[in-house]
Amino acid sequence: MAINKEGNGYTFGFAAVMVILVGASLAMVSMGLKPDIKKNEADKKMMDILGSIDVESTRENAAEIFNTMVTERILVNAQGEVIRSATGPVDPADAEDPFNVDVRKEYKQMVSKIVQANKNDKPVLIEKVSELPVNYPLFKAEKDGETYYVVPMVGTGLWGPIWGYVSMESDMKTVYGATFDHKTETPGLGAEIKEDFFEEQFEGESTYEDGDFVSISVVKGTSSPDDKNAVDGITGGTITSNGVAEMVYRTLAIYDNYFKKQRAS
Amino acid sequence: MSEVAVEEKQEVKAPSEPLFSPKNKRLITDPLNENNPITIQVLGICSALAITVQVKQAVFMSLSVLFVMIAGNWIISTIRNLIPSRIRIIVQLVVVATLVTLVDLTLKAYVPDVSEKLSVFVGLIITYCIIMGRFEAFAMGNKQWPSILDALGNALGYAWILIAVAVVREVFGSGAIWGWKFIPESWMMSNGGFYMNNNLMILPPMALITVGVIIWIQRSRNTNLIEA
Repeated sequence: MAINKEGNGYTFGFAAVMVILVGASLAMVSMGLKPDIKKNEADKKMMDILGSIDVESTRENAAEIFNTMVTERILVNAQGEVIRSATGPVDPADAEDPFNVDVRKEYKQMVSKIVQANKNDKPVLIEKVSELPVNYPLFKAEKDGETYYVVPMVGTGLWGPIWGYVSMESDMKTVYGATFDHKTETPGLGAEIKEDFFEEQFEGESTYEDGDFVSISVVKGTSSPDDKNAVDGITGGTITSNGVAEMVYRTLAIYDNYFKKQRAS
Repeated sequence: MSEVAVEEKQEVKAPSEPLFSPKNKRLITDPLNENNPITIQVLGICSALAITVQVKQAVFMSLSVLFVMIAGNWIISTIRNLIPSRIRIIVQLVVVATLVTLVDLTLKAYVPDVSEKLSVFVGLIITYCIIMGRFEAFAMGNKQWPSILDALGNALGYAWILIAVAVVREVFGSGAIWGWKFIPESWMMSNGGFYMNNNLMILPPMALITVGVIIWIQRSRNTNLIEA
């Protein structure tokens, strides 16, 4: 009996077999390549963290440099209490390690909605964000005898997510360095946030003014060189620049709870 | 009855077509020039605009398309007689999507830097009209070997335009080829020299203009292509 290739039964059967075959083969390949992909992602993260304290690294030596320079990986909560702390080499497979906390995923799942709803009211925004069960990883690095604190941050640009790492000096008020990156910002405009000229402006800026936390604003046009709390925004990239300012403010305001406790002790 | 049997016998005896018969050769050479997917059919142009800032990206993109196209055309032409015609487009889509996912994972695992630069564009291969077009127009009606040649021709036709555009853009936009900066630092205006990279070349509009120039050259050399 010849099979009726136009019949419903055959069509469903074909589709089912195809889906099973494709699903199984993709799952196998995905599982096989997962360790490599994880390692590449971890290397990239290490390079970014090292970049924020002005240490050049490549994919090959990132892990080695990271393990010697970053002495402690801390997980704090919104109230500034230490939940967990880890030292020694990073294990990319250990989910408990503060290094492996996926801040981007947590931002996407919990924080971004609150940010969108309250973006014009900073105190309310910070209050609401502090109530979320989000973990905040912090990296303590030693370089030339000085201690630096590297803060990972995530925010929203014009078209999609932006993220970065800001390193604080040991006084926990002065920015030592910053790296930013983005997924889909416009080349030549918002995408410039990852260029050196923008990132270097953050060096030496202060998050405090007259003893109060104010973060660093990204202003339109040219900021006064004496103003230690503002950097120049990107022409034509206003929304991305504002996104960076919002991200820096929100994240540093949360970490400031931890920094305050550290300074007091 | 006997006549039919004789006829069948003759067909079996007929010599099989040589692997590189003139007809098969044309499958490869046509898409390179006279029937180029980008410049003549104007398909797959988005990627030609987006990822041609560097030659390295263009080469990896071309290799990805080459793989997806050859493997896809081969798979489709192998199972073409089994595919129910009502869901053939879905089947073609599944085949492209599977192959593209494989490529994406492989790039992520072995060339992470390139994978970052290509980012969404590898995933977007799924939507390339070039590939779906070849599946639907060629692989669905031809045997495996011609299908592979057809895929090879079209992928190479796509690749050479992509790489040509990337060479122009990287040379004038970044003063480099494959990341190697051949213009000495001391020539740069920022170091007191006379040379400056043309930042316009890095922006997508210049890719469109570069493709346009290639189309212009191609049509002026081959008057058959000029539409009345």
